[in-house]
Amino acid sequence: MKVGVIVFPGSNCDRDALHAARLAGAEAVALWHERPDLQGAELVILPGGFAHGDYLRAGALARFSPVMAAVREHAEQGGLVLGICNGFQVLTEARLLPGALLRNASLRFEHRWVRLAVTRHDTPFSAAIPAGTMLRLPVAHGEGCYVLPDPELDALEARGRVLFRYALPEGNPNGSLRDVAGVLSENGRVCGLMPHPERAVEPLLGSDDGLLLFRSLVAGAARMAA
Amino acid sequence: MTSLAVESAGPGEPSEPTERASGEPRHRALGLTDDELAAIVERLGRAPNDLELAMFGVMWSEHCSYKSSRLLLRTLPSGGPGVVAGPGENAGAMDLGGGLAVCFKLESHNHPSAVEPFQGAATGVGGILRDIVAMGARPIAILDALKFGPPDDPQVRHLVRGVVRGVGSYGNCVGVPTVGGELVFEASYRHDPLVNVMAVGLLEQRNLMRAAATRVGDLAVLYGSPTGRDGIGGASVLASATMGGAGGAPGGGASVGSKRPSVQVGDPFAGKLLMEVSLELVAAGLLEGLGDLGAAGLTCAASEMADRGGRGLSIDLDAVPRRAEGMTPDEVMTSESQERMLAIVAPERLAEVQAVCARWGLPAAVVGRVTDDRLLRIVTGGLDEHGEPRPGATVLASLPAAALASEAIVHDRAWRAPVRRRLAPAPGAPQVVHDGLPERGMDPGLVLEALLGGPELGSRAWVSRQYDATVGGDTVCGPQHGAAVLRLKATGQGLVMATDACAAVGALDPYLGAALAVAECSRNVAVTGARPLGLTDGLNLGDPTRPEEAWALREAVRGVADAARGLGLPVVGGNVSLYNEADGRPIAPTTQIGVVGLLDDAARHVEPAFQAVGDIVALLGTVVPGLAGSAYAALAGAAPDDRPPTLDLAREAALQQLLVAAAEEGLLRSAQDVSGGGLAVAIAEAAIWSGLGVSLELPVGSAPAIELFGESPSRAVVSLDPAAWPRLAALARQHGLPLTRLGTVVDSGRILIRLVGEGATGAAEDRGAGVADALDEPLAALRSAWERALPRALGEET
Repeated sequence: MKVGVIVFPGSNCDRDALHAARLAGAEAVALWHERPDLQGAELVILPGGFAHGDYLRAGALARFSPVMAAVREHAEQGGLVLGICNGFQVLTEARLLPGALLRNASLRFEHRWVRLAVTRHDTPFSAAIPAGTMLRLPVAHGEGCYVLPDPELDALEARGRVLFRYALPEGNPNGSLRDVAGVLSENGRVCGLMPHPERAVEPLLGSDDGLLLFRSLVAGAARMAA
Repeated sequence: MTSLAVESAGPGEPSEPTERASGEPRHRALGLTDDELAAIVERLGRAPNDLELAMFGVMWSEHCSYKSSRLLLRTLPSGGPGVVAGPGENAGAMDLGGGLAVCFKLESHNHPSAVEPFQGAATGVGGILRDIVAMGARPIAILDALKFGPPDDPQVRHLVRGVVRGVGSYGNCVGVPTVGGELVFEASYRHDPLVNVMAVGLLEQRNLMRAAATRVGDLAVLYGSPTGRDGIGGASVLASATMGGAGGAPGGGASVGSKRPSVQVGDPFAGKLLMEVSLELVAAGLLEGLGDLGAAGLTCAASEMADRGGRGLSIDLDAVPRRAEGMTPDEVMTSESQERMLAIVAPERLAEVQAVCARWGLPAAVVGRVTDDRLLRIVTGGLDEHGEPRPGATVLASLPAAALASEAIVHDRAWRAPVRRRLAPAPGAPQVVHDGLPERGMDPGLVLEALLGGPELGSRAWVSRQYDATVGGDTVCGPQHGAAVLRLKATGQGLVMATDACAAVGALDPYLGAALAVAECSRNVAVTGARPLGLTDGLNLGDPTRPEEAWALREAVRGVADAARGLGLPVVGGNVSLYNEADGRPIAPTTQIGVVGLLDDAARHVEPAFQAVGDIVALLGTVVPGLAGSAYAALAGAAPDDRPPTLDLAREAALQQLLVAAAEEGLLRSAQDVSGGGLAVAIAEAAIWSGLGVSLELPVGSAPAIELFGESPSRAVVSLDPAAWPRLAALARQHGLPLTRLGTVVDSGRILIRLVGEGATGAAEDRGAGVADALDEPLAALRSAWERALPRALGEET
């Protein structure tokens, strides 16, 4: 599988995402934000960081980067897109995912290890995660409080589009409505989440649960090719 | 025809300082004394003009020139095998093998943080990161050492919140993990908070850069943020003078508010771009030299790079990109606008350099040329291809680069020991074996809970949660512990880093405080199993023109030098911050130490937390008397004649060698240094982190308070598989170190320490009937007290 990791000025988890994708067995390349060319990537990752400085609003400027037109086209054609942390914020700003990410309820940056419940195992992002497994991943963000009007959130849940939820014992780190940590697009091919699976890919780092997400994507692509 | 706008006073003529409208001579307004002005005139053979005087003002500031400490710093051991770069460079560097090196340095941003805590701390982080980048290294970790006044003071709380937010905002945005540090509350820091930041970087040695201009004809390229009016006088007026009280109280310096314009403003996004651009330029081999613009801005970068290279540099002032209209030459030359670097570039590589900057959207401009005359010349009206002023151009300043940099004035300050200082007993002196404390009725369990629940020793999660500690995907062991462990992807090695100070002891004895800080910091690295490689120091003291503070500075340097020699650690870089005092009251002499160590395999690091039920818990090293300067003394009061515990450097070195050897043999399940709060707190922390309890017996030779809560150095609590006990005992004998088996790790959910031996019995009788001679506390209560300590102290409990 070929993975493209977009590098915006201010991205700071791009190298971590490349590392994780390669550990999962993918071929991974960096994609500079000014080139509207995905170089044949089957999965596009929008990494964490502070794209364009986030001085206006997290993700608000990145959606105007030239590469985003190619990402939108890729998504519309059913291509896989994964937005992590700031990448999730960019995807909501670009309306490729519903909802918005507001300042954390604590009004502070929150870095800590959290636990994620996985609601479905029939998606390209979760197929390799054994049922009942809680993912232990770090969060590190100032604006991760997921909000969506109640009726829309009801609909999202009804369609199984809330893929990850914050779970006990650590619980919800940012005040997200209904503990939402990650959501899917209508077609289930675009996923955004605030926690960092790419930082939890080796037991030495405290957890390799994040690798399950990357393995899901790589194994799914291999099945498609077969 | 070129004109020289230098008002020549001629050699030897008495100088006439320019008077300002206020009547204050200009040199004094710039922070220079009359003697220093005379020294400038002597070096130049004429009086400086206004621009030149402004350049001397910042370069001869304490902050840039180290004029009160330079003679002393030369006494520090700085060489040895493995040193890739030592003092005098932007940061120190130690060899890691395989063509890699670790760069690290500790730097202070105290005064700016007192004035404007958020920006002061943020730019402190930005500045030290640029120092690492200027070496050609990628920053991989930040540690912040913060000192504040008592946390119940609303102004202190404001400073804590602002500084923590500032450190986080910069580090989080640039994507460098903040993996450790310390937070101390002590009365002497009420008006003078200390913000010391240590940065660590990874260098491919073939990319090692020097901040030097060595080739005549090369271009000086300024890239990064445009230059504005922020931070003017930061090095001189702000960093090298005492702070007044909030309202500019008599006897103090200018008021805090009036210094606000001297604080720089940080832009971490620009800092991130600057870092990526610089590392790309370095990796592509496009640069001949690289320096960052920090204190004293372009003046400092240009004069130091010319001086180090033994060359001159002509600067075309008009070419400096600006973000403010109508800036005067001295504003341009002394601005401390952040996120700027000065590169020395061969003319044929200029186009490639400009292309990299353009791709990242950073302005870059050719602002000068390297010359062979050893002069720093500031020109308006343009330079020709030899760095000479174009016809019609004006030379605004022409100064020997060395006069501003390596040959700046040096002061051998008059010193005098304070009359009422208290010293630790000399080695070999008879030691009094009593703690003299109001022990009657002491319940050791309550003392432990009070210590863990106090602002000094409680959990630092409230701070560390505001810092991204895992970006980069290499953090094996992050904040909250004595040392952080980072894995190097390329080699699997582990880099271990820590920063410590012993300010409470330093207040009683600056020599011992400094030496203890070196010992503790190095021990924190060694308990992980890593070999300590080298250290960086940050000396924070008061006004060096007062003899008692000059004495404290000498003592602190002597303490670092002795301890570094005793432990075989080179001092490869550091920072001195003086004038940390308000209204004549200096801070406790604070020697902040940073140590970096190396593990051959990161996966073999030793954790601080207990690991398994049934493991043996043991103490390496022995207690010595003395509770002064301890957390226990701060809580319970110290006896008037009590002293801090002594430090035996040979024993400390033996302990650290033993810890490394035991880890290499895989004997240790956990290891934790004994420091703040003593043995009881070290055991409690290892238990809280693990969720496991302990059942121990502690032989009490002297007094329970000293055994449980004394902070004598050169000790570590370890746990191990019983099968490893004989081998550890043999190793301890071989290193000449006492090893005491205390008990075992249990799943009781309690910390039980029975006090046994003559000292315990005597003390128990002394305390009266009905007082427990054991410490027996449920872990849950201790954990709760520990977790709530800091939010409660800061009024942040929700």
